[in-house]
Amino acid sequence: MTTMETSGMGRGPVGDTSSAGPRTVSPKVEAQRRADNRRKWSEIALFTGPALVLFLVFVVFPVASAMRYSLYKWNGVKKFSEAEFIGFENYARALWGGSDPATRQAFKTAYSQPFWDALGHNFLIIFLSMAIQLPLALIVALVLNRKFPGRSFVRVVIFAPYVISEVIAGVMWFIIFDPQGIATHFVEAIGLHPPEGGWFEDQTWGFWTVFFIVTWKYLGLAIILFLAGLSGVQQELQEAASIDGASWWQVQWRINVPLIGPTIRIWAFLSIIGSIQLFDMVWVLNRGGTTGQYATIASFMTQIGFFRHDVGFGSAIAVIMFVISLVVATAYMLTVLRRDNADADLSR
Amino acid sequence: MAHMRRMAALAAIAASSALVLAACSDSGDTPSTPGATNTGDSSTPVELTWWHNAVAGDDGGNPLGDFWQKVADDYTALHPNVTFKIEQIQNEDLQRTRIPTALQAGDAPDIFQQWGGGELAAQVDAGYLMDLSEVDADAIAKLGGAVAPWQYQDKTYGIPFQFGVEGVWYRKSLFDQAGITAEPTTMDELNADVAKLKSANIIPIAVGAGDKWPAAHWWYNFALRSCSKDVLQGAGTSFDFSDPCWVQAGTDLQAFIDTDPFQPDFTSTAAQTGATSSAGLVATGKAAMELMGAWNPSVYAGFAEGDDAKAALSADLGWFPMPATASGQGDPSAALGGGDGFSCYVDAPPECADFLAYVASDEVQTAFAATGIGLPANPAGASAVTDPVLQELAAVNSSAAYVQLWLDTTFGPNVGGAMNDGIVGIFGGTTTPQGVVDGMTAAAATQ
Repeated sequence: MTTMETSGMGRGPVGDTSSAGPRTVSPKVEAQRRADNRRKWSEIALFTGPALVLFLVFVVFPVASAMRYSLYKWNGVKKFSEAEFIGFENYARALWGGSDPATRQAFKTAYSQPFWDALGHNFLIIFLSMAIQLPLALIVALVLNRKFPGRSFVRVVIFAPYVISEVIAGVMWFIIFDPQGIATHFVEAIGLHPPEGGWFEDQTWGFWTVFFIVTWKYLGLAIILFLAGLSGVQQELQEAASIDGASWWQVQWRINVPLIGPTIRIWAFLSIIGSIQLFDMVWVLNRGGTTGQYATIASFMTQIGFFRHDVGFGSAIAVIMFVISLVVATAYMLTVLRRDNADADLSR
Repeated sequence: MAHMRRMAALAAIAASSALVLAACSDSGDTPSTPGATNTGDSSTPVELTWWHNAVAGDDGGNPLGDFWQKVADDYTALHPNVTFKIEQIQNEDLQRTRIPTALQAGDAPDIFQQWGGGELAAQVDAGYLMDLSEVDADAIAKLGGAVAPWQYQDKTYGIPFQFGVEGVWYRKSLFDQAGITAEPTTMDELNADVAKLKSANIIPIAVGAGDKWPAAHWWYNFALRSCSKDVLQGAGTSFDFSDPCWVQAGTDLQAFIDTDPFQPDFTSTAAQTGATSSAGLVATGKAAMELMGAWNPSVYAGFAEGDDAKAALSADLGWFPMPATASGQGDPSAALGGGDGFSCYVDAPPECADFLAYVASDEVQTAFAATGIGLPANPAGASAVTDPVLQELAAVNSSAAYVQLWLDTTFGPNVGGAMNDGIVGIFGGTTTPQGVVDGMTAAAATQ
């Protein structure tokens, strides 16, 4: 993208404006410019073509297919040409129980309720990552942002969970939080009672256990990003503030935090999108729980679409997820990130 | 000018898409079934592709996989023109992903695992399965009632190799320890035994509710007792769950769960993996009973080390059918059961049907029974079953008023999945008996 814009600014539009001027251009120059243009567009086509084809085949086509499937009653087994068109019924069933009064109550209980529960879990994770993960990561990053022996080692340790595969990490925590696992023994040893029915299966604790694991997994990324941002803050600013009598906290709060604002905002963006699409970890941890107590919208979609072979309904959920991601991402870009983008444009 | 630019760009895109297309079509040209046009001439070489679910276990051994390899080799010895290309695929991948995708793509294996019931019906409706009714008529006649789950609209589309009923497995020594002298035949007797085991500090019943289906089987058995045969079997095609007996099954299950017969943390318990699984609890003597299918002795044996320990465990295992409930429309001697079979893809060579008849033959079924892996579907193989408890199961199989196929298999993945999800909700305290029926009704409306 950047290459296209830069080369476009350098040659195309500038050349075009000059041809509109009163000065006549010699045929030789005109031919040269034509050749340049042709060359430029072949380059663009050559470099973006393969990527564009891959994008069309593996992104645009699947999204369009899902939109199409979502309008049908289709079990994924029979030929799609024989599937029955039912309009937006799959969406209606997910959102409020469907248009048929005879089955509305049944759909409310078995489809709509789990859908809203799962979506609720996604948004709760977004809220909690802003309310808990962000301050936690910020504090750790600010504390670690100084020279001390073993600094690299500590950073590696903090970043390690993010590098471990989701599946391996999931299985590991599943064993740790087993009713007979280390976590249970530890809690009992300090005189407390572990949750009734197991850490994951308890209706209240299940969600919090998973949130704890997700936090452990992704906190490292936030800390490393913030540390990278902090290393870009000019030392002179901090020193000047100190000389003026600012305390350590004032330096952090008035100088460091505002200056890594763009990094924080980008992290928040990644975190929000990641929370909406959260799947791997939840799926490894017994598919969102036996009663869906920590199911996310993606695990609910997989459960219905692949395991119950209701491809039509599963596709509708996938499209809803896509729309939510798109709306949230666009809104975030236009509001929170607008200033950062504007700054970037100015600096260019 | 602009036109030319666009042309150049399009040409480049076209060139790169041609590459992608070429890469895609490459695999499509390869003939997957060389014998597809074969008419059964014994001199033409035929390679049958075969997907089954026998994969190596934790200890690296794969007795069923080895058995199938031997069956294939023996068949090749009898018919030298037929060879096999076998792929062993983990059950869930095979059933949920590999087979549906292969069928959709029109590039399915000639022989593949078939669980019967609603899933088979969906595959038949889509025109994917070979009708075996005529070609395998002799084998089908021998199998008798066991073949019913592989039949649809009076035609046979699959041949089972194993079939068995389920019931409650128990440790005789733990029953003795708790002072239980006879196997329970009614729910009242079972409840009394549960109380005795609890006072002897033994977990009465283990259930792997974390895997959902083991918990669901309790509900199936209550449904078998509360619903009449007509209602149960009619629901397999009508998907009508308005009879109050379906809600009653959940109410009965709820009442049973309220007596606290299961191990603590039962929704966190897996069925078969690890010493804390339900099978592990029974095998290690921590729990007395478990509701399971005919396959379970081999699962228990996996927890015992050494031949002596395995033999001792096997001798200590007892089995009784699901007890009768106080009320309900169901026949108290009806049993739930299920099995495994194979289907032929609609375009498979005729040798496929002949091979399935061979799998169901007395010879192969006797050899299968002798391995002790499961109960043969062909009654002629039953004589080779040596384990006394499995012999008892075989007897119940033939004496039952009728054998109802596992309800999730009967209803297919959609309604069956909704049913299992609902039932585990009863175990987890999040769903009501009516909620289970709601889920089934809703799922039925989507198919």
